[in-house]
Amino acid sequence: MSRKRISLRQELPLLVWLVIVWGALWRDFSPGNLLFGALIAVLVARLFYLPPVELGGRFNVLRAVPFALMFLAKVVAASFQVLYLAVAKGPKVISAVVAVPLRSHSDLLVTATGHITALIPGSLVVEVDRSTSTLYIHGINVRNAEDAARLRKDVRDTEAGLIRIMGTQAELSALNQEVAA
Amino acid sequence: MNPETFSGDSVIDAVSAVFMVVGALMSLAAAVGLLRFPDLMTRMHAATKPQVLGLFLLLFALGLQMRTWWVWPVLVVAWIFQLLTVPVSAHMVGRAGYRTKHLHPELLSTDELEAVVQQAAGKRGFTDDDGDEATAGR
Repeated sequence: MSRKRISLRQELPLLVWLVIVWGALWRDFSPGNLLFGALIAVLVARLFYLPPVELGGRFNVLRAVPFALMFLAKVVAASFQVLYLAVAKGPKVISAVVAVPLRSHSDLLVTATGHITALIPGSLVVEVDRSTSTLYIHGINVRNAEDAARLRKDVRDTEAGLIRIMGTQAELSALNQEVAA
Repeated sequence: MNPETFSGDSVIDAVSAVFMVVGALMSLAAAVGLLRFPDLMTRMHAATKPQVLGLFLLLFALGLQMRTWWVWPVLVVAWIFQLLTVPVSAHMVGRAGYRTKHLHPELLSTDELEAVVQQAAGKRGFTDDDGDEATAGR
């Protein structure tokens, strides 16, 4: 194999996740089982080699916890909104496909933003333009330009939150400048 | 069970009862949405999303009722896999649906993707007629 090896530090989040899944599936978090899980994780990561995920090099836990809670609250609110739309509007619901240009060009952040946007009911990622890192989002109940602007702002706010949690230093300072301006 | 823990138990029972009912309600929302929404894209919203919350609530209630710690990691992993896979499937179906024109343009207030797709199709030498024929041919 001629692909370049990645450092253990970069691979560590994947290995830790695999060990957690192993422990959870065996329902056994004893040291022996975890050690064997770690052995299998390393073996799997070596045999079934995937392109490395480029991490931003930082992770802010203090920002991640409120972000996760906000995400959960949004999922709850939006689920009831979709329930209301399904019952009240039904076939007459108006939606839109909105282009949302993102700030970051990192694959991880674009993917994470797309995932979170797609998990919140009422918005669905239809298409991703990787070269310009633009998400095309199908939003339900987007009746006019005002709603479209709100959807665009929501997605960009989600991305801003993710940059604050795990974006690179450069992305973070660019974001701070944008907010200050 | 001890009599002292009775009130704690009933609180847990009440919380899990509420969570289970709301979780089931979310599944109902998905079913109602599938039936009533007009096109594929809006139906995908109903089919994929409320179950993220519904599954969370049901798994949470299950964890409360099992009263053993080792069930929690399994439930969390199950939910995380749901979080990872739901957007991917929704995106793939939505993307395929958009490209095969399974949507009602009159129900879209704006469509900022259409011009981009047209342009990309034009660059590759496909015309819009080909797409229509392919759709009509099925």
